[in-house]
Amino acid sequence: MNNTRRSVLKTTGALGTLVALGLITEKQALAQANRAGFEAKTLADALKSVGGTAANSDQVTITAPDIAENGAVVPVGATSNLANTTEIYLLVEKNPNPLAAVFVIPAGTDASVQTRLKMGQSSNVVAIVKADGKLYSATKETKVTLGGCGG
Amino acid sequence: MADPMRIRAAHKDGVTEVRVLMSHPMETGQRKNAAGDTIPAHFITDVDATHNGKTVLKAQWSTAVSQNPFLSFKFKGGAKGDKIAVKWVDTKGDSRTDEAAIA
Repeated sequence: MNNTRRSVLKTTGALGTLVALGLITEKQALAQANRAGFEAKTLADALKSVGGTAANSDQVTITAPDIAENGAVVPVGATSNLANTTEIYLLVEKNPNPLAAVFVIPAGTDASVQTRLKMGQSSNVVAIVKADGKLYSATKETKVTLGGCGG
Repeated sequence: MADPMRIRAAHKDGVTEVRVLMSHPMETGQRKNAAGDTIPAHFITDVDATHNGKTVLKAQWSTAVSQNPFLSFKFKGGAKGDKIAVKWVDTKGDSRTDEAAIA
C-alpha cells in the first residue's frame, strides 16, 4: 500500500539523518539494515532474505494448532533433529510481513524453540532451519477463527 | 521502564529448560485507535539469553510476535543455582534485563 511505502521512505530518511547527526552510531544503523528480511512483503521475498529455497525435511518439525481461535496468540514451536543447526526462522505466509522471528542457536543449545505469534488470517506457518549452511523447512496449515491484526 | 520479565529455568537430566514471559505491548504499527490515528509500531527487536555470561539463545523478532511475548528453549548443561539472564531491546531503544536462578 502507498501508506506503508510512505512510512518506509520516512524511516529510511530519518535513519540517514540520525547517522549524519551522530545521534546513532553506524553499527546501530547496520543492525537496522540486517532486519531487511522483516520488511519483505511476500513469502518469496522473505525466503530470498533468508538465503534461498529450503528443502522439505522430516527432520524438522513445526508445532502449531490446526485451528487457532485467537489469531493474536498462536502458539508456534519448531524443532530440528539435524546436527549443527544454527538458525531457526519462523514465517507466517499470509501476514503483511511473513518473517516473524529468527532464533540463533549456539552450540550446546537444543534446536527447539516455542513462542507465540500473531496471524492475520488462516495461513501456512513455515519453519526454516539452517544446518551446516543448508536450509530445511517444515510447513503446517493453521486456520484462524479471529484475525490478530485488527484493532 | 517496562514491567519485569518472568523467567523460569528448570534443570533435569543434564538439560535446562528456560521459559520466559516478557511484558511488552508489541504494537504492529497497523492498528488504529478510536480516533482513527495509527498507533506507532513499538516492539521487541532483539532478545539475548545468557547462562553464566555465555549466550545460549539469540532471537530477532518482528511485529508478528504476540503481545507479552512467551519464549521457551532448552540448552545442555547448567546446574541448580546458576544464573540465567534475559535481555530485550525494543524499537524505542528501551531495554530490560532480568535474571533468575535455575531451579
